[in-house]
Amino acid sequence: MTLVEEAVLVAAKDLRIEAHARVVMTQVLPFGVVVLLLFAFALDPDRGVLPVVAPGLFWVAVLLSSLLAVSRSFAIEADHGARDGLRLSGLDGAAIFLGKAAAIAVQLLVLEVVLLIGVFVLYDVDPRGLAVLVVAGVLATTAIAALGVTYGVLAAGMRVRETLVPLLVLPITMPVLLGATRAFEFALADDLGPAWRWTSLIAMITTVTITLGVLSFESLLEEA
Amino acid sequence: MTPARQRALGVATLLALGAFAVLALLISPKDSRHGDAVRLLYVHAPTAWTAYLAYVVAAIASAMWLWPRTRRPSWDHLAGAAAEFGVLSTGLTLFLGSVWAKESWGTWWQWEARLTTTAVLFFVYLGYLALRRLGGPGAERRNAIAALLAVVQVPIVHFSVTWWRSIHQEGSVFNQRGEVEINDATMQWALWSGVIAFTLLFLWCCLLRMRTLELESSAAETALDAAIRERVGTVNA
Amino acid sequence: MPVVSIRQAVCLLGRFPALAGVDLEVDAGEIVWLAGPNGAGKTTLLRLIAGLQPLHRGTATVFDFDLERDRRSHRRRLAFVGHETFAYDDLSVAENLDFAARAAGSAPDRAVEARRRFGLDPLAAVRHAGLSAGQRRRLALATAFARDAELLLLDEPHAGLDADGRALLDDTLRAFVANGGTVVFSSHESDRATLLGAREVRIVGGVVVGAERVAPTERVTEASR
Repeated sequence: MTLVEEAVLVAAKDLRIEAHARVVMTQVLPFGVVVLLLFAFALDPDRGVLPVVAPGLFWVAVLLSSLLAVSRSFAIEADHGARDGLRLSGLDGAAIFLGKAAAIAVQLLVLEVVLLIGVFVLYDVDPRGLAVLVVAGVLATTAIAALGVTYGVLAAGMRVRETLVPLLVLPITMPVLLGATRAFEFALADDLGPAWRWTSLIAMITTVTITLGVLSFESLLEEA
Repeated sequence: MTPARQRALGVATLLALGAFAVLALLISPKDSRHGDAVRLLYVHAPTAWTAYLAYVVAAIASAMWLWPRTRRPSWDHLAGAAAEFGVLSTGLTLFLGSVWAKESWGTWWQWEARLTTTAVLFFVYLGYLALRRLGGPGAERRNAIAALLAVVQVPIVHFSVTWWRSIHQEGSVFNQRGEVEINDATMQWALWSGVIAFTLLFLWCCLLRMRTLELESSAAETALDAAIRERVGTVNA
Repeated sequence: MPVVSIRQAVCLLGRFPALAGVDLEVDAGEIVWLAGPNGAGKTTLLRLIAGLQPLHRGTATVFDFDLERDRRSHRRRLAFVGHETFAYDDLSVAENLDFAARAAGSAPDRAVEARRRFGLDPLAAVRHAGLSAGQRRRLALATAFARDAELLLLDEPHAGLDADGRALLDDTLRAFVANGGTVVFSSHESDRATLLGAREVRIVGGVVVGAERVAPTERVTEASR
């Protein structure tokens, strides 16, 4: 099997598990929407700040949800020695990384569509610059998923996994959050030049994070 | 390094720190605009330098551990020792930077690119130290990879933050009030002696910390020998 | 040339020396029975051979791969049946087997064949979470036999199986060895080992205490790889 075939196999496995168990769609997705609502309560919709800060709130909600999605992705490998099964399987570590990251990215993208509709409806934001939203959104989501899987496997076998992963992942996602928020801000303001420039920054970060994950995942899986 | 050389480094460090204190606190003049507060920079700049130096050293040591031909436990110890000093330096840099911001801009915090980058790195390496504390079989490899993952973030974080601030066009504010022109010779001496003193302090602390980590792991090996004897002893008894 | 060669191996679980200096040599075509009380280190030794457990001291070589340097490359040539099934609760028996076989690079019909052999066809659509302990054991065995392995490592494979299952497993192991395979398994039951004509390796307190043949058998020696 080629690397891509192996990655597709792993991604299909994770997505099939989600299709059967529906943990992300019935737990993480509502969580993300609740976070959007909490921001509205905290910032008071009547003061008119919500439309201004909507992109930032959206991406913070996505980041927090992504932590849960990563946690779920490694919870399914924790039962019945599944992680040992993966190590013994003969699959390339890079393929496992790409597959798991792709599965998380797909689930997050579904979540983001729902959250984005929530932002348009709840925060009174007009949808504009859709092309940027899609491209920047997909790239940033891929980077977040890649970082989550890299640090998720680093902590996979640990008792403190649930508390350590957020500390490791969140500071490092800062450039992605910054880039995605700016890109969305400019896109929603119909200022496409800067929006694409920020999108190119995200593209660079995504490339770096995927490279790092491909290089390090196999070793980290061995020590997990 | 022999104990004698280590002691010599310790003495050199203390002398350098003493000379630095005299230069920075007594000999160098007040700044025309910032007065005595300028002396904060004589510590702020060197700690920022040692913070980044420490992270680079931790990354190099981690790479040396990962490279099979140079793999020795002391590289892992050096990475840990350097990162600990780095986090401490970063914390001190942030604290002094904050005090400096209050003095020169009237606020405790400015979203200035370098300061923001340093703040993010503080938490990145805090996470790295939390990871190191866990130990266990295979910890060295995990730690080494984590240190390399962290150091790659340094330019990315810095670049994104710089871009962010420059687009907001607030950089000029700092040039008007925050930057200090250190032209006076004794002021420059104070600054450079600080860099030298803190670099020596970094090296000395690394050596001391490496020694304790080495003793810890040899104590663990001794305990393991005892545990093996005990386990095998139950068979023969 | 031995398939497995281990010298003075020390393996740690946390700080506990689960293996405290094990020596073991296994030739191609052998069936080796790891005997010994609970907590002796049998599981850790099997995990060491599988490359799942890092070596703290000593040396270990499997298929000519030095496990201290490379714990991965030999894995494609072995199958491991542990206490766990390595399966996903939310996937069916068929889906779990299919994933394992594809991941190992085996032909897809290997999964179907293994499923049939271990009597799992009626359970093909049942999710792992809904299986009984005995059914899970059968699934673990089927997963192992869905791979093209030369070395089979089994940790208490008979536990939880009924009489039919045990007989089936023993037949399968004999056929595997007759085809040139090598087996290392742990068990509390000396009669199973006798039936298989296995060489006994007794482990107590993390070390091997003595090796002898359980019963004189026609050891399969024509295995040559």
